[in-house]
Amino acid sequence: MRRWLALAAGVGICALAPLVLEQYKLYILSLTLVYLILAIGLNLTLGYAGQISLCHAAFMSFGSYAVAVLAPYGVPFEIGLIVGVTLAFGWGLVLGFPALKVKHHYLAMVTLAFNIIAFLVIRNWESLTGGSYGISNIARPAWGRLSFQSDRAYYFYILGWTAVVVASAYWILTSRWGRAFRAIRENEMRAAVVGVSLRNYKLMAFAIGAAYAGVGGALFAPLVAYIDPGAFTLDRSIQFLMMVVMGGLGRFEGPFIGAAVVTILPEALRGSEGLYLIIYSLAVILMMLFMPKGLVGIWDGAVGWLGGGKEVPSTS
Amino acid sequence: MTPGAAPLLDVRDLSKHFYRLSALTGVSVTVEPGELLGLIGPNGSGKTTLFNCVTGVLQPSLGRVAFKGEDITGLTPDHVYRRGVSRTFQLIQLFSEMTVLENLLMAAQERRGTMLRRLFRRAESEERERALRLLDFLKLTHVTNNLASDLSYGQQKLLDFGMALMPEPEIVLLDEPMAGLNPTIIRSLVEHIRELNARGYTFVVIEHNMEVVMSLCRRIVVLSQGEKIAEGAPSEIHANARVMDAYFGG
Repeated sequence: MRRWLALAAGVGICALAPLVLEQYKLYILSLTLVYLILAIGLNLTLGYAGQISLCHAAFMSFGSYAVAVLAPYGVPFEIGLIVGVTLAFGWGLVLGFPALKVKHHYLAMVTLAFNIIAFLVIRNWESLTGGSYGISNIARPAWGRLSFQSDRAYYFYILGWTAVVVASAYWILTSRWGRAFRAIRENEMRAAVVGVSLRNYKLMAFAIGAAYAGVGGALFAPLVAYIDPGAFTLDRSIQFLMMVVMGGLGRFEGPFIGAAVVTILPEALRGSEGLYLIIYSLAVILMMLFMPKGLVGIWDGAVGWLGGGKEVPSTS
Repeated sequence: MTPGAAPLLDVRDLSKHFYRLSALTGVSVTVEPGELLGLIGPNGSGKTTLFNCVTGVLQPSLGRVAFKGEDITGLTPDHVYRRGVSRTFQLIQLFSEMTVLENLLMAAQERRGTMLRRLFRRAESEERERALRLLDFLKLTHVTNNLASDLSYGQQKLLDFGMALMPEPEIVLLDEPMAGLNPTIIRSLVEHIRELNARGYTFVVIEHNMEVVMSLCRRIVVLSQGEKIAEGAPSEIHANARVMDAYFGG
């Protein structure tokens, strides 16, 4: 019930925001939605299934470059998006295989290496990606005479996809798959003994997380209108990791909070000149110390205080 | 027991080595359908290793395991489970961040059907009902929606037992189900096992409580230092000098 109220409030705010926000703030909000989509994907892989991935930016690049490369040939945005998502899903499956053999920081190393390789391939495959010059003037989608060219129209376009991603992620995570993912995260051996195919579920956790990264990447390219390899570095992957960890690993609300904080906080602190990095880092350190379960802990506290009763936090 | 029919579980000449340490050496055990077999032996005699090799948690070094006449040696745990073998753990292994009910549902959901069906089939009322009946049977109804980690040791032990029953298995391997429980719970658990056995469930029970094993099982297998040293009815085991030696030294 409370979750539905929060959802209704969120949708209301997102629908009305463009009426009051100036151009730059609307851009930040659009970016937050794109990052939310990416964070939801990583939360599925890492937060629910417990498989660390440090190559989320590489999966994202499949979406971005598919759209950017195909657009000049008159390919509709949605087709580019589907191509990008398919590529990301496929490579997610491939990256799932090492997860069957290695765990924890070893898996972190493997995925980290993949991000670096992806970055180098993008930078050096100049005929396709434009190398370090990148690709500029990436067209925004249009349906016949209905164009999403304006910032406000494109914002609503992103909002539509965000709704699709949130709904589908919720649907997957509340299914038996979501439960199996959590079982793997909590105790792999036990999960296998109650019949969970570690191979199938780990591959799917990687591939679905990667597919969401592909969606986010595809929406990202026309939003910023210019992409280069620098947008898909390891730093970016770590930024997604931070969103998911800050928000609350394995909690559905986590990515919403994490994406908002990690995207908006640096902007809000921009006025403090060079101090913002210090404040930002300090906030992260303090949070890790006092809220190891992420910012979603504050949310739980508020809900408990408002509702007055103790509720077992639903992890789905 | 139907003499002449193939055994439900047939373990042949099973050996398991950890580097140069030999945990099991040429152990053969058969379990007939509907049986309630006791597996005893001093600490470190290889009882849990035998369970681990049967359920695919460990790969045996030598020998073979057959279930219902089919070779299941070397299958991964999920495949062994789907054929109808379930087990409990000596050191309790629950999904501690899931509720009691979710633990039970988790223990049942992978038993049948395809993976795709598991994504698209949302309804779970049949399993839920079975879980609630089981909780009633185990007197855990009042903690249905508590996190597994909030349960007392005895309750966790019972939940682990419940998880082994959830998939409607053909054989249940119980690894020290009574250890650390108080006498009242032990009595009720013994009753539960007897009742389920009468309903057709097949059990293999590892247990240190001799009184329980002797009264519960009609046949007992004794392991010592990775080898089978005796097998027979409780009275025979009781009178066996090698068994007494293994337990009390000599």
